[in-house]
Amino acid sequence: MGVRVQQAAFDPGAEVNAMHAANVGVGAVVGFVGYVRDFNDGREVAGMFLEHYPGMTEKALAKIVVEAEQRWPLLKVEVLHRIGALEPGEPIVFVGVASAHRQAAFDACNFIMDYLKTRAPFWKKENTQEGPRWVEGKQSDQEAAGRW
Amino acid sequence: MKIKALYFARYREVLGVDAERLEGDFKVLDDVRQALLAKGGVYAVLAEQNLMCARNEELCRLDEPVEDGDELAFFPPVTGG
Repeated sequence: MGVRVQQAAFDPGAEVNAMHAANVGVGAVVGFVGYVRDFNDGREVAGMFLEHYPGMTEKALAKIVVEAEQRWPLLKVEVLHRIGALEPGEPIVFVGVASAHRQAAFDACNFIMDYLKTRAPFWKKENTQEGPRWVEGKQSDQEAAGRW
Repeated sequence: MKIKALYFARYREVLGVDAERLEGDFKVLDDVRQALLAKGGVYAVLAEQNLMCARNEELCRLDEPVEDGDELAFFPPVTGG
């Protein structure tokens, strides 16, 4: 299990490939990549800044991964989240899950993202033409996390 | 009892500080929030319904018991991912 919180860019393809890592017991790898969009909530977004709570962020992500490992038979889990200044088109988050069969990998990846969006201490501040604005938490994200 | 309160994102901006130390007779986290609200002015932001909080780097509820030396944090709903 790995949790990384970093400013540096990452290569989504390399991250997905590393999930197999010559483990022939792995029959399924599910990788989710989240990207910065250039449009959100009715306004063009020129970039964003990701604030977080150093120390708690890593603990919160590790706790989510442990919970996923308790719920599904997983062989490898990686969570990578970027912080700091990001531009549209840049990857912002990666969640990779490897397991023997696909259903556990699909479900665990979905679960980790739903929990990350409602429990990991990150906050996005977007730069729009009308100035900077904090992204508001969404009720739909709360509901998505509630189904697990 | 002495505790440290941290603020993040919009709350940090509204309050104009990222952390402060408080002394008082606190039993649960909400006692600390009430003491901050009593300061008035910009502290009213801590009355928001969807406020989130943490104790020693773990998410918790407002009825979480607090102890001397705790690091508490108040922040708006998280928006990562």
